[in-house]
Parts: sequence; structure tokens; C-alpha cells
Amino acid sequence: MAAVHGDAHGHEHDDHHPSGIMRWVKTTNHKDIGTMYLWFSFTMFMVGGFLAMGIRAELYQPGIQILEPELFNQFTTLHGLIMVFGAIMPAFVGFANWQVPMMIGAPDMAFARMNNWSFWLLPVAATMLVGSFFVPGGAAAGGWTFYPPLSAQGGIGVDLMIFSVHILGASSIMGSINIITTILNMRAPGMTLMKMPMFVWTWLITAYLLVLVMPVLAGVVTMLLTDRHFGTSFFNAAGGGDPVLFQHIFWFFGHPEVYIMILPAFGIVSEIIPTFSRKPLFGYSSMVYATASIAILSCVVWAHHMFTAGMPAVGQLFFMYATMLIAVPTAVKVFNWTATMWRGSMTFETPMLFSIGFIFLFVIGGFSGVICAIVPIDIQVQDTYYVIAHFHYVLVSGALFALFAGVYYWIPKWTGHMYSETLGKWHFWLSMFFFNMTFFVQHFLGLAGMPRRIPDYNLQFADFNMISSLGAFGFGLTQLLFLYLVIDCIRKGEKAPQMPWDGATTLEWTHLPSPAPYHTFETPPVIK
Amino acid sequence: MVTSPLKANVAMLRKLLVFTLIMFAFGYALVPFYEKFCEVTGINNLLKPNVLIKENWVDEGRWITVEFDANTRGLPWQFKPLQSSARIHPGEAISVMYEITNNSDREINGQAIPSYSPRFLDKHLKKFECFCFTKQVLKPYETRQMPVQFVIEPGLPEEINTVTISYTFFELPGSSVGVVAK
Repeated sequence: MAAVHGDAHGHEHDDHHPSGIMRWVKTTNHKDIGTMYLWFSFTMFMVGGFLAMGIRAELYQPGIQILEPELFNQFTTLHGLIMVFGAIMPAFVGFANWQVPMMIGAPDMAFARMNNWSFWLLPVAATMLVGSFFVPGGAAAGGWTFYPPLSAQGGIGVDLMIFSVHILGASSIMGSINIITTILNMRAPGMTLMKMPMFVWTWLITAYLLVLVMPVLAGVVTMLLTDRHFGTSFFNAAGGGDPVLFQHIFWFFGHPEVYIMILPAFGIVSEIIPTFSRKPLFGYSSMVYATASIAILSCVVWAHHMFTAGMPAVGQLFFMYATMLIAVPTAVKVFNWTATMWRGSMTFETPMLFSIGFIFLFVIGGFSGVICAIVPIDIQVQDTYYVIAHFHYVLVSGALFALFAGVYYWIPKWTGHMYSETLGKWHFWLSMFFFNMTFFVQHFLGLAGMPRRIPDYNLQFADFNMISSLGAFGFGLTQLLFLYLVIDCIRKGEKAPQMPWDGATTLEWTHLPSPAPYHTFETPPVIK
Repeated sequence: MVTSPLKANVAMLRKLLVFTLIMFAFGYALVPFYEKFCEVTGINNLLKPNVLIKENWVDEGRWITVEFDANTRGLPWQFKPLQSSARIHPGEAISVMYEITNNSDREINGQAIPSYSPRFLDKHLKKFECFCFTKQVLKPYETRQMPVQFVIEPGLPEEINTVTISYTFFELPGSSVGVVAK
């Protein structure tokens, strides 16, 4: 380890504390890069949130009030793309950058320069994506899944989207290679794989999933691009292609992708629950195996997104049972978290509240997922608000709540300051209330048959939509409170002790002061 | 790991990059795999040649009524079959004439899209000649008669006595001036 440190830092950190903007542009420090990832993803969260507010404002009443249908479609499409590729994924990579080296006792990421590149690709991609609103024809409007033939027909906005997906994919792949190498090669002496913190485990498996499926996404968008401009006919029926093929390849990427967005969340929650229950994680090894089985199963269930696209009954049955099987390792995790809390000396600081909120709401989202997996029901709810409600329960109250939990948990270590517990609790309870107000009623809308991606609706849906929109505005405003809270914590939060939480056992708490110094673990700690 | 961690890292990087390239290629490999899979399982044969089965025969003991339907969508053409229906035996070849007239003073490109009732008729309907195979260009006020020649194979399920063959003409891009760009 010391040799790596000498090589990596000897040349690149001649000035020990570079300052000004160039510090951030040229930095190869995992903590700086982690911070940039987190701020970037929060910025994109705000942009995606703005689009969501636009969508909900239009859906506040029946009829067309604010957004013309074309623009509405661009809003829904870009909301999805930005939240998935711009907000949730980079936020988890930010966590990995900050936490993985500190939790395994490594001095930095394995490839520090590449780490810098993988971050700086993101603003480029985001600029193209957001900028596509201002090109002739506007942004891509065929949904975040960009199915052809719509995506084969759109204007230059679709090309910008394709390029930005390419760049984001390259960034993710580089980030994952970095994370895998760091975890496999740079653990402190004595830290065997089965002694790694759960967060590190979940990220190792996530990173493998990323290098497995991101290149496939890159391939499918390349095919789309050549179909659009270079005369190929992968998906063009007139040239012998098949648009359904796109759906198969896209979801071969897309389904593991949803686990890419949730596995690190499982990891964060698996760190927080033991800490605030003051008990070790129940069933550590079963957690590892459950994570791995979820990852493996996630690769053979993709066609449950396509039950109505045309598939023989045998295929539908296979994908239905495979999908339902994922509930088993997921349940192992939920039971393990519950068992960890059982008879623990629990306290309910904000990270714990968000984690418990996560379990509670993620289970609802998980169950609605099992419901959607059942073919006859899926045919009924396909492309309705029921599906919207389902995946927002797993992505907002799943991934996003875990991200909030993680920020509250680690912000004392990152900044050296405590956040305001009062404001944190307000943030949690308001988020919890408004989230359910927004999305719970969407189950009813979906069951009643309201289709997704439509700017107008029948009068019968009016009341629930109004409730949902009001909830969404509340949820949006609540996140500004989070921004204020974080800035307030950085500026004038109370000084944080090395170990602000009683039950924390991972290296960043036991070995490092708060805030964590710029360079940590230059000599690796020894794990007993 | 103890001797040269940098070398170990670079070796790992190389392996993972190769893996990434393999997965990129795998994405492309899914295309022929999908076509083969669909062909072997008969799910959705994209490349199935549209030819008459070899053991075709005329089932003279059975009559099928074929109804002909014609529509236009968004272009100023008049489009009709010269006969509204025909009674044929399964396996028997028949030729039917359709007529289109361009009622406008501009040249228009159009293409007909077929649709059938019952929908699975396409499995048993074999066309030798159809105006729908190619784009039709009509000069102002031009009238044209065009044949459709086809066989309905004897494999059509017993309970089907009446089938409908319908064509709808759509305008293609590239028509002469005066066209509203879509």
C-alpha cells in the first residue's frame, strides 16, 4: 500500500493543498471527487425535481394548462433520465468515493487520475442532456426508455440524449473499474472479503453489475444512432429489424440497472441500522449472499417489463417466476434489518429515521413489484400510474431515502460538523408525509386505469391528481430545507467528535478524526 | 499484492476493460441471437419467406368469402376495389383489381398498408402481386387500376368462412409542392 501511495501522490500532489477552482478541476483526491459527485448529483436532483414539479403542475387539473403535450413529454422523458443517470447513480458513486477507501483502510482509489476523468465527464453529459431542451424540436420525448420507433424519429434532441448516455456510461464504467480494483486490491491487511463492511460489499457487487450491463446499454444506443443516421436497420421494421429487439436489449441493461440503484442503498442502510441499534448486523454472511443472488437474478428477469410486447406464455411464466424469486433474497435482507433492530438499544436520530422509513416504504414498493410481476395483473396495470407509484416507492423512498440517511450519517465525518437534528427530523417527517401524499394515491389512479406519460386525463381522476400534485409541491419544497440544512451544517454546525454515534464500528469512525483529514490511511491500519 | 500493488491494479484494470469490451460485443451478439431464437422457436420469424407452401392443393369442397375494403388516410385520393367481395376455394389463385384516382392537382406519393380480419389471416394469405409492395406515384387527376393476386391456403381454420382484406393508403414524404410538411 505504501508503494502505491508513493507512486500515486508523489508526483501529483506537489502542492499539498492546491487552492481555488483548479483544486477541484485537477484533484485526484477521493474525498474531493466524492464531494463533487455529491454536489453534482444534488444539482441534477434539483433539475430533475424542477421537471417533476412541471409535470405535477400540469397534472394538477384535467386539461392542458401549463405544458403543451410535446413539452410535457420532454419533461417526463428528461425527468426520468436525469434522476436515474444524473442524480441517483452519481450520488451513490459519490458515497463510494468518500467511503470505500476509508472503510477498507486504503489511501485513495486505485486509479486516482481516472477517477477525476470519470467525474468530469458528468457535467459534459449533463450539459448536453439539459441543453437538448433548447435545440430545434426540443429534447427527447419518447420516454426515458427511448423505445424505437419514437426514438428513431425524434430530432437532434434524441442525438444529444444518445451521446450523453454514451458519456454517462463511460463514466460509470470507469468509476466501477476503479471501485472494483480498489476493493479487491487495496484492503487493509487483515480485512478479508467477509470482514468488509456491508456498504463495501454492496458496492463491489453493484460495480460488477455496472461493468456487466453498461456496455450493453452503450451498444444499444449505438445501434439506435446508426439506425438513425447510418442506414442500419436493427430496430427498423421496414429494413428487416424489430423494435421489440430494442426492448429486450434495453431491459437486459435496464433491469440490473434498477438494482444498481438500490444495492448501494441496501449497503448504506446496513451500516446505519446496526449503529443506531447498537448491535452488529444480524446475518452478515446471509446479507452478502442475498446481495449476490439479487444481482445474479436481476440479469434473468428483464422481460417482465415487456409482458404486453408480445411473448409466448412459456416466456411470460419464466419471467414471472424468476421475478417473484427475487422477493426471496430481498426478504432475507428486510428480515435481517428487522432482526438487527430487535432488542437493540435503539435511538432515532435522523439517519435512523430515514433508514426505518426506507425499510417501511421500500417493502411497500417491493410488494407492488411482486404484484406487477404477475402476468395477468401486469397486463392490466402496464403503463398506468400503478407502475409509476411502484417504482417511485423503490427509487424515491428506496434509493433517495437511503441517500439522505447516508448523508446525515456521514456528514459529521465529511465536514467535521454536526447537522441540526431538529431540522433533520423536520426534513424526515415532511418528506415522509409528502412522499406518501404524492405517490400513494397514484396506486389508486393506476388501478382505475390512468395511463402514464399523458398530460391530460379524464375527470374521474381529478381529485387524486390534485392530492398527488399538492404532495409533490410539498416534497419539492422540503428538499430545499435539506439544502439549507447541509449548508448550515458546513458553515456553522457544532463541532463533531470523532465518533458521534455510539454503535459505529467501521474504520472511518474508529480510526479517523472528524473531519477526515485530506489524506487518510497512508499507512494502512491492521485489522484483527 | 504485497510486492507490487500498482502492477496488480493495472492487471485488474486490463481484465475489467477486456470484460467491458466483451459485454459491448455481447450487446451486438444479442441481435443475431434474437433472430435465431425467434426463428428456431417460431415466435416471430422476421425472415420467413412469403412463399406458398409446396403441398398446396385446392379444397373444392369448401368456400370462403373474401371481402375487399379500401381506405385513404390524409391524402386526396379516391380508392376502391372493383368488386366488393369474391367467393373462392382455399388454395385457388385469384386476381382482384383496385382503382385509385388522384383528385388533386399535385403529384402525390402514397403507400398502402394492408390489414386483415381475422388478424392471423396473414399466416395463410400468400400474395403474388400487390400494389402495396411498392410506392405509388399519381400525377394530378390520374387514375390507375392495380391488381392483387393471392392464394388463401387450405390451412385456414375450418370455422373461418369469411375474411376481409383491407388496404389503407398513406401519403409518403417527397410529394410535389403544396404538401404541408409533417
